[in-house]
Amino acid sequence: MIKKFDKKDEESGSGSNPFQHLEKSAVLQEARIFNETPINPRRCLHILTKIIYLLNQGEHFGTTEATEAFFAMTRLFQSNDQTLRRMCYLTIKEMANISEDVIIVTSSLTKDMTGKDDVYRGPAIRALCRITDTTMLQAIERYMKQAIVDKVPSVSSSALVSSLHMVKMSYDVVKRWVNEAQEAASSDNIMVQYHALGLLYHLRKNDRLAVTKMLNKFTKSGLKSPFAYCMLIRIASKLLDETEGGHDSPLFDFIESCLRNKNEMVVYEAASAIVHMPNCTARELAPAVSVLQLFCSSPKAALRYAAVRTLNKVAMKHPSAVTACNLDLENLITDSNRSIATLAITTLLKTGSESSVDRLMKQISSFVSEISDEFKVVVVQAISALCQKYPRKHSVMMNFLSNMLRDDGGFEYKRAIVDCIISIIEENPESKETGLAHLCEFIEDCEHTVLATKILHLLGKEGPRTPQPSKYIRFIFNRVVLESEAVRAAAVSALAKFGAQNDDLLPSVLVLMQRCMMDSDDEVRDRATFYMNVLQQKQKALNAAYIFNGLSVSIPGLEKSLHQYTLDPSEKPFDMKTVPLATTPITEQKTEIAPVATSKLPEKLAPSRQDIYQEQLAAIPEFQGLGPLFKSAEPVQLTEAETEYVVRCIKHTFSRHMVFQFDCTNTLNDQLLQKVLVQMEPSESYEVLHYLPAASLPYSQPGSCYTLVRLPDDDPTAVSCTFSCTMKYLVRDCDPNTGEPDDDGYDDEYVLEDLEVTVADHIQKVLKPNFGAAWEEVGDEFEKEETFALASVRTLDEAVKNIVSFLGMQPCERSDKVPENKNSHILFLAGVFRGGHDTLVRARLALADGVTMQVTVRSDEETVVDVILASVG
Amino acid sequence: MDSKSLEPSLYTVKAVFILDNDGNRLLSKYYDPELYPSMKDQRNFEKNIFNKTHKADNEIAFLEGMTIVYKSSIDLFLYVVGSCQENELMLMSVLNCLFDCLNQILRKNVERRCFLENMEGAFLIVDEIIDGGVILESDAQQVLQKVNYRLVSEPAYGFVLFDHITGNLQAQTDKNQLL
Repeated sequence: MIKKFDKKDEESGSGSNPFQHLEKSAVLQEARIFNETPINPRRCLHILTKIIYLLNQGEHFGTTEATEAFFAMTRLFQSNDQTLRRMCYLTIKEMANISEDVIIVTSSLTKDMTGKDDVYRGPAIRALCRITDTTMLQAIERYMKQAIVDKVPSVSSSALVSSLHMVKMSYDVVKRWVNEAQEAASSDNIMVQYHALGLLYHLRKNDRLAVTKMLNKFTKSGLKSPFAYCMLIRIASKLLDETEGGHDSPLFDFIESCLRNKNEMVVYEAASAIVHMPNCTARELAPAVSVLQLFCSSPKAALRYAAVRTLNKVAMKHPSAVTACNLDLENLITDSNRSIATLAITTLLKTGSESSVDRLMKQISSFVSEISDEFKVVVVQAISALCQKYPRKHSVMMNFLSNMLRDDGGFEYKRAIVDCIISIIEENPESKETGLAHLCEFIEDCEHTVLATKILHLLGKEGPRTPQPSKYIRFIFNRVVLESEAVRAAAVSALAKFGAQNDDLLPSVLVLMQRCMMDSDDEVRDRATFYMNVLQQKQKALNAAYIFNGLSVSIPGLEKSLHQYTLDPSEKPFDMKTVPLATTPITEQKTEIAPVATSKLPEKLAPSRQDIYQEQLAAIPEFQGLGPLFKSAEPVQLTEAETEYVVRCIKHTFSRHMVFQFDCTNTLNDQLLQKVLVQMEPSESYEVLHYLPAASLPYSQPGSCYTLVRLPDDDPTAVSCTFSCTMKYLVRDCDPNTGEPDDDGYDDEYVLEDLEVTVADHIQKVLKPNFGAAWEEVGDEFEKEETFALASVRTLDEAVKNIVSFLGMQPCERSDKVPENKNSHILFLAGVFRGGHDTLVRARLALADGVTMQVTVRSDEETVVDVILASVG
Repeated sequence: MDSKSLEPSLYTVKAVFILDNDGNRLLSKYYDPELYPSMKDQRNFEKNIFNKTHKADNEIAFLEGMTIVYKSSIDLFLYVVGSCQENELMLMSVLNCLFDCLNQILRKNVERRCFLENMEGAFLIVDEIIDGGVILESDAQQVLQKVNYRLVSEPAYGFVLFDHITGNLQAQTDKNQLL
């Protein structure tokens, strides 16, 4: 092994690495000369360098040996060699975590930090703070305060930065140095200014008022440091974002004025801040875009990169604002830095005209193999956006994507392509067959199980409805023969869907299923047996319930219910209707392409919002008899944003009750609220059963109180109700600084906005992937139909949106998207009514003067049908 | 690539490392404990970055969700890593400062052998430019002044002798001023 290295070194001819074959034990042995007198600075320096080098290479030092070396090193403080002393500081910092009793050097470091030699002072402070803990910090506090305002910039900077590091550990101590930091902020030295600003912001960031004051001061007085300017811009844009300040605010003016700063770094920071602001108009963006345009022709690659990356971002939301830069971007297409070229092309794809698409696609395919996966994903995203904009170009895109799909690439990249193809298929029905064919080809040789199962699922859904479903069978069955268990199981499910939908294919599918029943994997066999039996019944309703539209319950909820059932055995069979439904049904394959900056966390099945609420509510004894939680609505604000108390309400629906959860926040720092509850006055025959107050509500700590209401049993059609709400509480004034409350308080109340309960609160969204089958399954026993005229609505799109949000049901078969230039449309909605009744709505819409709507409702319960029709009318 | 804007903070630099032309680590500092906490991850990251950047001197790249600015000199590769939302020019100023300082202390011989001979100087420079991820100083002259490092190089004494013999005292004094 060693020989090999030597040979290589000879070959490279650059001489060997003197640190290459360092042995930790030998180096530690050498470290003994630290104890020799007189100290040989040269040799000691070399040994310290070796130790640091070894640590840097990841060599592990045991505590004993590290401590021994550390103690030997402390002797070197006797030498006055400058570089040696500096290396001692470095060693202290590197060993702070591995050696014991590092605090032994505290006095030496304190001496250096307060000594006359300015060269030592800064680094000594930084080393000292590295080994100091909260208790010891008190002892050096005096020195730190002095150091922060020291006239030597390196001392002041070191003290400020070290203070910042220590904020995490000892916030309370460092907070006391605010005045010193304030003084340092007006220093002439640019780095001191920057560090002081950083520390000040960090200490005050939770106090919006103080941050505002600080911003005002610095934006007026002006700073010298470009770094400090960048920091100010970030603080200002964060504050703008939090306060939802309008763009006429002085903060916005400040950021805009930075576009005229003479330092490029500041100009870019300002432009980027403006671009990232939500709701910026094209006119507000214009100055930022024009400075970025200038940067595009900079000789510095980093600046060109920064500019084009930011323009790319602008183009996502405001393509027209970037059009002015098209010429500059064209020049960047041939940039030697492929990242810049890729970003330029993808930006142009977003801003350019339809005619330039072919040319750009040709350009990009010439070097797509040279760029990193991260940027390939950017390209795919651009294509995906383009397809939505120019649906006619889908054949060019589809070709390009299928070529990319054949190339090598990581999972993220392949997933982006597959998602993109799927979204094209959904947008353009005429591209469906080519798209499916490409995907079929892809799964023939696909190493990613997740993608293979996803595509099989899609084939099962879309394949049976194509003119020639039989050609997909081969691809699917190949998977059963060749792939891993998960893929085989998915293939079996896909096959079953073909059999259920296409009667002429059924016999062949049954034969294939029989073959699958001999699979070596349990899951695959189980699925095959199950589908075989369902298919043999040849009943549409069974097919719909068990093959097309799977379970719509929440999986964690099902797990919990089943567990409960096994704990408490009873004669009754397990009732699926008691299981809470899945809250956020996977919106029908609305593919969001994942951000490029991929988190490395493995994807976990996170419990949904509703599962969390279910858990929280079940923990409250008063609410235990209510049964499973049926639905939790989105929070509704009951106060204006900037009031003394902020209250929002979440409506939880149970089968016979509703629980209103009020999340209250007290924004007055001189008050402590106690026994907070929200009194509700219903307009209908709803009955308030119980109030559960929040015991205490200190300043800025949110708390929840609950109100339990019984739904009227006798009149099931009374689904809507208005509550007038008043918050009642006991106020105890308190000292804003300490939070110490007065002994006695007084009762007070605060009127909140009215709360509405509507029909949507009684219906949970459920996605039926195959609406037609579900429609047949429910049957026409309780079908009712009525026609309405929606006079106030002007477009079909608007009508669809209104109906969906009013009924709170799930649009199926992508029927919530109205094709352009059509005068009529059919909307399919599915949901489950409180109590577990499947409910389906078919609304035929026609556009004349207003919109005419014919609503057909089916459900397994007559009252539900009546309720829905009554509420629509 | 990102939707959230950056939390205002002084913690700008996530990592700095210097590799040789085989991609071996010569010096590296990671400032964000959440970024590649284990040595194995760090090495993998460095290898990966090296493989994707050593062929073309492109100055800037976007890899593994991070913005990376880099520079090469003969057989040394200098990298500065920041979050993908970071101001690229800030990272660039750190990289430039690092390079200028090395250029000075190594007397324009920014290459592996000379670098290794003056390893302690490199450690001290990095320490003066970045402290725990915060940019401490970005002006090369200031950094050099603070480090006040003298080139350790045996041949230099040979040169002194050589200069002395040949009577080239002018060159010698120039060199001293440089130091």
